[in-house]
Amino acid sequence: MAGLVKETPLKEEMRSELLKGRTQQRFFSSEEGEALEQPFAHPVNFESEAELDATNLSAREINEKIRELMLQGMGSIRLKNPGAKHSLAVGILNRLNLTIEGSLGYFGLGLIDGPNVVVEGRVGWSCGENMMAGTVVIKKNAGSTFGAALRGGDLVCHGDVGSRTGIDQKGGTIIVGGKTGAFSGFMMQRGRMIILGDSGQNLGDSMYDGTIYVGGSIESLGVDAVEEELTKEDVSWLNRKLSLYGLETQINLNQIKKIVSGKQLWNYDSLEPSEKKLVL
Amino acid sequence: MTEKKNLKDIDHYLKSDGVDSEREKMIGQTIGYRYDVNLLPDYDRLTPFLAKYMEFMGWKDLNWLEDVHMGYEEGRAAVFDRNINGWVTVPPEIDLPDNQQDRDMIARELLIKFQMSETHPLVDLRKTYGKFI
Repeated sequence: MAGLVKETPLKEEMRSELLKGRTQQRFFSSEEGEALEQPFAHPVNFESEAELDATNLSAREINEKIRELMLQGMGSIRLKNPGAKHSLAVGILNRLNLTIEGSLGYFGLGLIDGPNVVVEGRVGWSCGENMMAGTVVIKKNAGSTFGAALRGGDLVCHGDVGSRTGIDQKGGTIIVGGKTGAFSGFMMQRGRMIILGDSGQNLGDSMYDGTIYVGGSIESLGVDAVEEELTKEDVSWLNRKLSLYGLETQINLNQIKKIVSGKQLWNYDSLEPSEKKLVL
Repeated sequence: MTEKKNLKDIDHYLKSDGVDSEREKMIGQTIGYRYDVNLLPDYDRLTPFLAKYMEFMGWKDLNWLEDVHMGYEEGRAAVFDRNINGWVTVPPEIDLPDNQQDRDMIARELLIKFQMSETHPLVDLRKTYGKFI
């Protein structure tokens, strides 16, 4: 490392460089219309219903069939016999009511943007991974990394979930009706997580921002996760959100603990931004 | 330790570059977001367009829009569009309300209208690189 040390001082123009983080500049136009869906979305009707039996279909075939049904204008689809296959109902960028009669394997409902989904069984690892918008309700239990890197929307599990729930969460709301495992909210950046039961070890470890609400006991808090006082705005929002999923009576909202980032880890590399160019 | 910012003035980032603390001056950029990411929406201030959008999508609340806020960049009001990974500037002719809740509702409405329009960059990107219909 000794060879990397520069003895000459930094030039003034390099010291004053600002990081903007912007790759393009866009402006809202007053001529934008009032469309409610993206131009490439399939115009579906919630009243049009279809059933899809997944018994003898592969995951790829099931996902293609769902897209075909949306193309036909079907706004409500009932998927039967999913057989806990992996990667089902992924990449749906459309409004849609989807009911899954059974359980899903790994990475179900990933990368979705808009649909309202009900899973009547259980789900495996990483359900709702990178979800952008919509609602997902799991009636039973879920595996680990539930809602990993969630960007938006509501991801709800009425039962218990595994460890690392909402790891790297970047937005949206995760609701757990039961317990959650260790390292839930690990490296959370924004968004909200509501755990009505108990939480495992290291809750909110290294969280940068966002809020975690816990109704039960907390085995331990992670690095830089701290408790903050619950406000009346929190209680009002919690009541509103939980009532959407029939979970509002499960707990006394005033006893919920609110966990946020202590912001002690908000340290930027002292080499950034200009010096780095000299040593790399 | 991170210094607490004085965010009592709603126009703080419109009147200044937001580079306030010694640490921020040293690295030349703001530490943290330029708005309160944890601010919960006040549903009493919902605009008619947003109510219509929620009904159309089959949602009973703002869903992903709860995370959309009016932010500030280079002394101008702007909204971050995650689909293009960039800030979209609010036209200067729009009068900004004196509270963040109303500003956030305007930001949500502007963002939806922008994302749903034919001129959004995602439309061309999808035509060029989309894998399936």
